[in-house]
Amino acid sequence: MRAVIIGAGIVGAACAYELQREGFQVTVCDPGVIGGGATAAGMGHLAVMDDSPAQFALTSYSQALWRELAEELPPTAEILPCGSLWIAADAEEMAEVHRKFAYYSERGIPVEVLDSQQLAEAEPHLRPGMAGGLLMSADGVCYPPCAAEWLLRSVSVIRARVVRLAEGEVTLDRGSRLEADVIIVANGTAAVDLFPDLPLAPRKGHLLITDRYPGWLRHQLIELGYLKSAHSTTADSVAFNAQPRATGQILIGSSRQFGAVNGEIDPPMLARMLQRAFEYMPGLAQLASIRTWTGFRAATPDKLPVIGHAPGYSTVYLATGHEGLGISTSLATAKLLADQLMNRESRIPREPYLPGRSYSHD
Amino acid sequence: MTDLLIIGAGPAGIAAAVTAAEQGASVTVIDDNHAPGGQIWRGEFHGKPWYDRFQKVKLNIISDARVIAVHGNAVVIEQGAAARTIHWNKVILATGARELFLPFPGWTLPGVTGVGGLQALVKSGLVIRNKRVAVAGSGPLLLAAAAYLRAKGADLVMIAEQVPTAALMRFGMELRKHPKKLKQAAALQLQLLGVPYVRDCYVEHATGKGKLETLQFRQGSKTFTEEVDYAAIAYGFTPETELAAAFGCEILAHGVWVDKRQQTSIQNVYCAGESTGIGGVDVALLEGELAGLAACRKPTKHLLPLLAREQHFASLLNQTFSPRPGLKHLCTADTIVCRCEDVTYQVLRQQPDSRTAKLQTRCGMGPCQGRICGPANTFLFGWEQGSVRPPILPARMATLALSMTQETSS
Ligand SMILES: Cc1cc2nc3c(=O)[nH]c(=O)nc-3n(C[C@H](O)[C@H](O)[C@H](O)COP(=O)(O)OP(=O)(O)OC[C@H]3O[C@@H](n4cnc5c(N)ncnc54)[C@H](O)[C@@H]3O)c2cc1C
Ligand SMILES: Cc1cc2nc3c(=O)[nH]c(=O)nc-3n(C[C@H](O)[C@H](O)[C@H](O)COP(=O)(O)OP(=O)(O)OC[C@H]3O[C@@H](n4cnc5c(N)ncnc54)[C@H](O)[C@@H]3O)c2cc1C
Repeated sequence: MRAVIIGAGIVGAACAYELQREGFQVTVCDPGVIGGGATAAGMGHLAVMDDSPAQFALTSYSQALWRELAEELPPTAEILPCGSLWIAADAEEMAEVHRKFAYYSERGIPVEVLDSQQLAEAEPHLRPGMAGGLLMSADGVCYPPCAAEWLLRSVSVIRARVVRLAEGEVTLDRGSRLEADVIIVANGTAAVDLFPDLPLAPRKGHLLITDRYPGWLRHQLIELGYLKSAHSTTADSVAFNAQPRATGQILIGSSRQFGAVNGEIDPPMLARMLQRAFEYMPGLAQLASIRTWTGFRAATPDKLPVIGHAPGYSTVYLATGHEGLGISTSLATAKLLADQLMNRESRIPREPYLPGRSYSHD
Repeated sequence: MTDLLIIGAGPAGIAAAVTAAEQGASVTVIDDNHAPGGQIWRGEFHGKPWYDRFQKVKLNIISDARVIAVHGNAVVIEQGAAARTIHWNKVILATGARELFLPFPGWTLPGVTGVGGLQALVKSGLVIRNKRVAVAGSGPLLLAAAAYLRAKGADLVMIAEQVPTAALMRFGMELRKHPKKLKQAAALQLQLLGVPYVRDCYVEHATGKGKLETLQFRQGSKTFTEEVDYAAIAYGFTPETELAAAFGCEILAHGVWVDKRQQTSIQNVYCAGESTGIGGVDVALLEGELAGLAACRKPTKHLLPLLAREQHFASLLNQTFSPRPGLKHLCTADTIVCRCEDVTYQVLRQQPDSRTAKLQTRCGMGPCQGRICGPANTFLFGWEQGSVRPPILPARMATLALSMTQETSS
């Protein structure tokens, strides 16, 4: 059986890896370099989250898969088991810490509540007087472009854009065609070029990386206020998000903007994002930054990815719409697709992510 | 708000600033050094051409300041612990060039420096007296730097010029059409009397325990070694185009594109000097003057014949002293090419393009953002240079945050 995968981001790479293990003869098409799209822009936080039961199911399943894969990945994939720390600034957010604690503990996810003092000890550069935090010790961080490259290391990758899609066949920008028994559309935000009706919107994010400051930051930090801002599906927002890299650098996020089309740095948005970071960690302001950049997340209205059989086709499957969690959920995405292709049960229900769903959000 | 903002106070920036100020413009000059002069006149501007005119005009000079971002018609500068934005009507970019380093085994040893680099170190206090120094690489700068180092007491072992003898002879013939340059060259030769000038010769590798001790040279089919304390090695210059890129200007392989009035592809943004292409101090001065006049809407035609003549000489230099292809084969597998991220030649050789190299090996991701390894990789592998994102130079996060929200300058 031949499979063509459109897109060599982390999602396409994970699908290629999985299908190859299922015995497919896999070809991946991408006009750019491996992992050069959103995969080269994102933070690489491997997180479990619980915005919805379906999001929890996918992220926790995927995290287990990342843990297994970590054993095999090369050092360049920079797997860092640093854990995540959700920061509660006030009593209201602390209530959220306790709710999350109950939710995750019931489901067997290792979590710990930190009080104000414990939080300060865990991250000495945080502004004093935070209410507390939630430590999720199984979360981690990776370097996505090298993970994608490793997943594709024995897969044939063609440097070409797919310009047309038909049953069992894709047409490349250079005019030639590829036939396949299975076609997987994993080209991130560009999936709308091939499926104009997909409810996908690009959501721009800014990032900044510092020079090396080993030990300065110990965990991936996220403000709990993030939930308020990330939830909005219309307004632009920023949230404090800081990540330690294996190199000793610190990666700072994050902003969310709809409607932005070019990838230029938007100075006021970058400034807002940094100001937010300084509110949580004042010391950051004095660290040297060496680069900023932007990326686009493929957002859906219900904040869940689109995984499964494409309506109207028998050979075409979709794997896109992973918004801000596509690195985390790529491995589980590939498993769900493979299961569907092989007519097998999956470890978690597939329905919440199927392309034909209603996409209405809570 | 300043009428005319000039970024860079080397010869091009100085000529531009003086010319525009003489025309009555209100001029602000930003430079990251302590005093005007740029690389060539650093600390020695006094007595140089333009010095007297420079003394007579009124300029607002901001020293020790680095432009770290461009935001519409404002630039963001970091100056010590302070940061601010400066707004402008017109801007002249005169950011010059940096030395071109081509990696070879041992080039990262302490004691191996650039040619201008060693000169700068001596200017800022390094004692070179009685130290054994070899100067190598390519271009007339080797002579100028060697003369300087000798005057500071260095024991000059030799000057190694990679250009083959025949090409140097041809250059010598052409040089006769430029009597002024010929005179300069003769003066340098006099200062360097007794120092071997070895043609068709380059450093193949450097060795030493923890610091440079021995250089191995190749000349044709033979090799020889020299014991030295310092090696000043560079293969000419590469234009500094990052700032222009941040302004959105079109950049060509040889430097920033400009029209006959030194205007870049962006209106009201001019560029002069080495950033537009390596040409030396005389081209830089003329381009600076031209840009200064153009920015004040004054005629510039009278300068064009002079400029053409200087540019002829510059292209002669560039043709003669461009690095020979054989220098592509000096690296061994474990020679470090990207010094910020310790990426070796062996690893890079396997990469299909520069973006893959960056994403997969971290090459060019460090604090210098590919300023050193980028041009080397262009030479070694034919790769294009990476994109420029803020900050143009490493900067405190506070600078990026603060200045970008401030809409008006202080
Ligand atoms: C600022 C930011 C921060 C993020 N942080 C995180 C995080 O911490 N954790 C996390 O899990 N996720 C994070 N994400 C999300 C994550 O980066 C994405 O969800 C993920 O990279 C999506 O992968 P992908 O393979 O679907 O898309 P991409 O990586 O964009 O890959 C799509 C590929 O398809 C190719 N392509 C496009 N059109 C065609 C065509 N017609 N034919 C062939 N190929 C085509 C493109 O060239 C591209 O290489 C973040 C994203 C952003 C923007
Ligand atoms: C976890 C992580 C850690 C990172 N750490 C670092 C780090 O330490 N240092 C660092 O420097 N970077 C780091 N990066 C960022 C990385 O180097 C890039 O900056 C990032 O991939 C975004 O690329 P870019 O947009 O900056 O531009 P580029 O890497 O230059 O690539 C942009 C792509 O778009 C194309 N392009 C550019 N402009 C245009 C245009 N106008 N029209 C069409 N195409 C265009 C280019 O040809 C190129 O293919 C990191 C990234 C990640 C995911």
